[in-house]
Amino acid sequence: MSATQPSFSVDKMLDCKGLACPMPVVRTKKAMEQLAPGQVLEVQATDKGSLADMKGWANSTGHQYLGTVQEGEVLKHFLRKASQQETKAETKYPHTITNEELQAKLQSGEPFTLIDVREPAEYAFERISVAKSIPMGVLEQRLAELPTDRDIFVICRSGNRSDLACRLLADKGFSRVKNVVPGMARWVGSVEKQ
Amino acid sequence: MSNQQGKVQKMSAHDLTELLFAQEELFILDVRNQEDYQDWRIEGHRVDSINVPYFELIDGVEAVVGKLPASQKILVVCAKEGSSIFVAEQLADAGLHDVYYLEGGMKQWSEHLAPVKVGDLRDGGEIYQFVRIGKGCLSYMIVSGQEAAVVDSVRMTDVYEAFAKERGLSIKHTIDTHLHADHISGGRKLAESTGATYWLPEKDAEEVVFAYKKLEEGKSIQVGSTSISILPIYSPGHTIGSTSLIVDDTYFLTGDILFVASIGRPDLAGKAQDWVGDLRDTLYNRYQELSKDLLVLPAHFGSYVELGTNGVVSARLGDLYRNNPGLNIADEGDFRRTVTEELPPQPNAYQEIRQVNMGRLKPDEEEQREMETGPNRCAVHDK
Repeated sequence: MSATQPSFSVDKMLDCKGLACPMPVVRTKKAMEQLAPGQVLEVQATDKGSLADMKGWANSTGHQYLGTVQEGEVLKHFLRKASQQETKAETKYPHTITNEELQAKLQSGEPFTLIDVREPAEYAFERISVAKSIPMGVLEQRLAELPTDRDIFVICRSGNRSDLACRLLADKGFSRVKNVVPGMARWVGSVEKQ
Repeated sequence: MSNQQGKVQKMSAHDLTELLFAQEELFILDVRNQEDYQDWRIEGHRVDSINVPYFELIDGVEAVVGKLPASQKILVVCAKEGSSIFVAEQLADAGLHDVYYLEGGMKQWSEHLAPVKVGDLRDGGEIYQFVRIGKGCLSYMIVSGQEAAVVDSVRMTDVYEAFAKERGLSIKHTIDTHLHADHISGGRKLAESTGATYWLPEKDAEEVVFAYKKLEEGKSIQVGSTSISILPIYSPGHTIGSTSLIVDDTYFLTGDILFVASIGRPDLAGKAQDWVGDLRDTLYNRYQELSKDLLVLPAHFGSYVELGTNGVVSARLGDLYRNNPGLNIADEGDFRRTVTEELPPQPNAYQEIRQVNMGRLKPDEEEQREMETGPNRCAVHDK
């Protein structure tokens, strides 16, 4: 948990302050049904038990628990609605690098660029320190920021969005691109947090 | 009672305690998180329980109905009560009849105290054990004439006060056998509110910031007009000051040194290696010299199997020398390993709890409750 204001946008805010268990989770579930995949929900609650329960609920449903920010008595939970495809492990881009290989590259100090194509909310709560945030949705507009003289590794939560991103980059003429699999969901190396 | 659908009944911590003491049959559906359930849950001689978090039952209880017995009392349990009502109502709607929820949830369960009579004293007085069943803490009230002494009091001191008031007793002494690490002591608070004297072993009180009277070996404490004596015996090992009490030459209050099914652990003050020799000496020499007919009354129990008839936790000292695994480790090296290396996890927030019991931390009620979450784990064999 952290105490600073998040630096990403939230699609919907749900007020569960003063509500006791099970209502915060019941309302979260209803609110989640109204969101589109990839959107971020902020749930404000005062019930301390909601912390463990939000994590547990997200785990059991496949939605993504991003993190919690505490402000005084209020716990602000951030959750991201998962889409069907992103939990399916279907990748088409042939050039990949494993989490472990990426870890070794990080330690070797050799130059490369790591692009994190997840949404700002996901990036804010947990990221590899050298990763540059370019969400999938804006990648095409920001190609000019990418180097052509070194390897580019692309990472997301589970390897799917980064697979799409790799194919896009290959289409645009980038030849030294690899997809990091499985991605942040299984990353065990050090991370920076919100 | 109506059998109307959608009607669920509440079970109080008191009713549940009676049911467990009577070893009745019960099926528990615990709807807390998996982690919370694995760490700490309600158990009993004839209790079956399963864990399905309530957030997996928001869309309906079909998935769990098939796992519940149709002809047995079902108790739904959660942290505070809200989610258990939510699930219990759905179970009743699904056609289950005997469905209860635990009033106040595990929070209230953890704080419930059940007084049970252990036996009589020679002058007509009595000794009671206060069973904190949810957490495994045992405290005692020794009654003689119109006076009472309370030993190893927990923080719910209103229970002792109400018990004394009902019987017209005045509490003259509160005694802690040692500086507790698993629960917040009510000894000082109870002494302050009743005008009693608070006793604590000096060696455990080096860092305390309040006044107390030294609990010392051989200096007996009198209760009541006919002088029931409480005789302290220095018995270090769980802490360096741990002191046991012999009451009326019959009852042996062993604090956290000797339990019915296990022995105390020496590591909760960070000094396992220093105190293991003391613990060995207390259990294998000092206690050996005492009458084997003493009735051991510990400050904790680790599992429901230690609850005897009517809920009393006790055992004859001689029987423990035969049956308690902690008293039957012949080799000193094996003993040292058992009490220093093969220990269960430490109790929740035990370092903070020690600070509170020294008067150095003053958490509010809610913070105290949080510190005490979970089982006590004061014995070497607790899991």
